[in-house]
Amino acid sequence: MNLRTDSRQFKRINRRELLKLSPVLALGAFAVPRLQKPLLKTGLAFSDWASARLFRSGHLAPTFDDSELTPFARFPINGYDVDDPGVDLDNWTLTVSGAVQKPGDYTLAQIQTLPKFRQNTRHVCIEGWDVIGRFGGARLADFLQMIGADPAARFITVQCADDYYESLDMATARHPQSLLCYEMYDQPLTREHGAPLRLNIPTKIGYKQAKYLTDLKVSHVLEKAGYWEDQGYSEFYGL
Amino acid sequence: MSTQIAAITNVKTGAISEAVYEHPFIVRLCHWVNALALLVLVFSGLQIFRAFPSFGAKIPQKDLLHWPKAYALGGWLGGGLQWHLTFMWIYIGTGLLYLTYEIFSRNYKQVLFMPRDIRGVWPMVHHYFFFGPKPYVREAYNPLQKLAYTSAIVLGILSVLTGLAIWKPVQFSWLAWLMGGFHWARLWHFAVMWAILAFLFGHLVMVVLHGWNNFVSMLTGWKKDPEYL
Repeated sequence: MNLRTDSRQFKRINRRELLKLSPVLALGAFAVPRLQKPLLKTGLAFSDWASARLFRSGHLAPTFDDSELTPFARFPINGYDVDDPGVDLDNWTLTVSGAVQKPGDYTLAQIQTLPKFRQNTRHVCIEGWDVIGRFGGARLADFLQMIGADPAARFITVQCADDYYESLDMATARHPQSLLCYEMYDQPLTREHGAPLRLNIPTKIGYKQAKYLTDLKVSHVLEKAGYWEDQGYSEFYGL
Repeated sequence: MSTQIAAITNVKTGAISEAVYEHPFIVRLCHWVNALALLVLVFSGLQIFRAFPSFGAKIPQKDLLHWPKAYALGGWLGGGLQWHLTFMWIYIGTGLLYLTYEIFSRNYKQVLFMPRDIRGVWPMVHHYFFFGPKPYVREAYNPLQKLAYTSAIVLGILSVLTGLAIWKPVQFSWLAWLMGGFHWARLWHFAVMWAILAFLFGHLVMVVLHGWNNFVSMLTGWKKDPEYL
């Protein structure tokens, strides 16, 4: 197809074509200090929304042979303040509250009456490193049944002995690999790894694997997403 | 696709020059949005990399390189991730729009490197790097250009796939498995970034060498006085 034109008209055509690209300038909004934070927050929220859509309750995280385990001594100990918050292991209980039929204090022995599951799964840190560990404990889903959690509830929040706090969406909490973990490498949890009880959620990023649990709350709305989430990390971060 | 050609009469001198409409609007739009998204992804990605600048074990940790904080976006790991997880959607969005447009408009014939282009690669390399004679150019893109742009598109797709594998190593476990697991996928993602940066370097050098008219064609679509008419 051919076009006959003169230099003046051709300039006008070019200007019009250039102006069509003006929507690209909209990205400049990210450079405006006042808009940057809300825009990035929206972007992260969209990623979380997509993550929740991608989550499949029946899809298991890869599991590994014992030969592929990272040696226990090389399983990193990550705490945000102290490695050992000095939990009184003899008198420890997990305080359950919120949308449950049987709130109250649960001992480790009570939790250990639930069927025990062991799994070799990958622990992925948000920093980028990963290790394969062996975890043992009760299914969170079984515990939710034990405490009579409201089936319509949407979130679980946990409080830790070191002031750390975390949350899980209910679909993830009920995933068959989501454990209330009291063993690593077939031994009771050491203090640095969160004795006496921690989360082991192979479908979630590392900072969701809260240690030294003291409280567990079942709720319909998310009151506190988590310590790192409050600093700007993703609320959902499913793997 | 038939190429649109303009014959332009200079209003002062009456001289006639020619121009070709090389880049349709969607292509130009995707080019610039994607270019900005790519820059954000590179510098926020390097921020994320700074948190664990290694591809080995965590204990003991051997760092590969220390990327300076001043050349990373987001201020800290969380900030870098916010930029990365926001702009990846823009990057994927423009990528998909571009690919869809190229296929349905049949504009891909201008870019896609085909077996028949293989013959023409060496003469172009000979010309660019060893001062050989300039081969006769018949199309908007010479065979070497087609090879470069097709590679860039493939790298773009790989950057998304390797990225998905490290963002979702459980939901896309098959993707991570294809790359040798999460650990390796992270290394591939990093390697693909450097390959894209290598393309970008060559691309920018060629843009500078080919002058203003060539650069303007990616803004207005029209290339004045093309050498191949």
